[in-house]
Amino acid sequence: MVNVIWGVFIIIGIIFSFFNGKVDLINNEIIVSGKNAVNLMLEMLPMLALWMGLMRIAEDSGLLKFVARKLSFVLNKLFPSVPKDNEALGLIASNVAINMAGLGSAATPCGLKAMKELQKINDKKDTASTAMITFLVLNTGGVTIIPTTIISLRVLHGSAAPTEVIPTCILATFSSCIAGLLLDYFIRRKNGNS
Amino acid sequence: MATVSIVILPIIVLIIVIYGYKSKINIYDSFLKGVLEGLKTCVSIFPNILAMIFAVNLLIKSGFIDYISSFLNPALSRYNLSTDIISMAFFRPISGNASLAIMDNIFSNFGPDSLMGRLASTIQGSTDTTFYVLALYFGSIGIKKTRYALPVGLFADFVGIVMSFLLVYLFFY
Repeated sequence: MVNVIWGVFIIIGIIFSFFNGKVDLINNEIIVSGKNAVNLMLEMLPMLALWMGLMRIAEDSGLLKFVARKLSFVLNKLFPSVPKDNEALGLIASNVAINMAGLGSAATPCGLKAMKELQKINDKKDTASTAMITFLVLNTGGVTIIPTTIISLRVLHGSAAPTEVIPTCILATFSSCIAGLLLDYFIRRKNGNS
Repeated sequence: MATVSIVILPIIVLIIVIYGYKSKINIYDSFLKGVLEGLKTCVSIFPNILAMIFAVNLLIKSGFIDYISSFLNPALSRYNLSTDIISMAFFRPISGNASLAIMDNIFSNFGPDSLMGRLASTIQGSTDTTFYVLALYFGSIGIKKTRYALPVGLFADFVGIVMSFLLVYLFFY
């Protein structure tokens, strides 16, 4: 699916720019894309290195297993195919908790490490397991309690009540997350492989 | 609320280090191993980052999404909305930076406390860059067949956007 969409984005982008008179922007984009990607990777690198280091301590000391066991009552419902004290569950819990605080860049390393752990118990290495998809939905559903970037931008633009959108954000993000998880649940049940 | 955000990372780091000491492992060695793992992960996700940035930016720069949104203009103006909000909803799943830039624009043109400003804030806060996260997370472990992940992720985003409109009207008007 990503395969098709990737190509379609490029084809539509270039052909539309011919009609739209924006070929110069496209030309420029082709030249700078590589540099932008390197910059983005370099932006991610410090957080990724530091947090992967800290999470490795949590893994080796058994803290991740401890967290996984403590939260197993809810995590087992979402991830029935993952063993109860698997490190992946501890990482998923950390990822969700850090995301909730609106600290996305610190949450990504936990998420990537969780995927790595889920891959270890995946039968078909080139195909997403049901647990991976549930985690992805949980992650992109993006339950954020404190939308830090938005609040700071509102302050910057002189909002009289920068935090007034927190209730609407929380309710909308919860609805989105629950809708995604429900759809995921029904697909899992229909496929029969929990 | 904001203080929770400030103390959460220090507390997590503290717990990790103390628990590490308690379990009698060599926490320094573990940390170094993890950092190396982080560097390797960073290199292994680079192809996916480049692929996403390239394709998404070509689509954005061509003006295609703005063109599609402009068809909805007559319907939107009846509700005192501008097409920016629709562009933003389209951009949200494919590029966090692009939708953030549109939100910034909306704040400048309409003000953060306007209907448009509140809508933009809620949409930005309730959904995520599904395409990017999917490419990043699956790409990092070499998953090629993503099965039903993308449709479910996009469905969640869609629900988030619809709920944003409903909630903003319900709360503020």
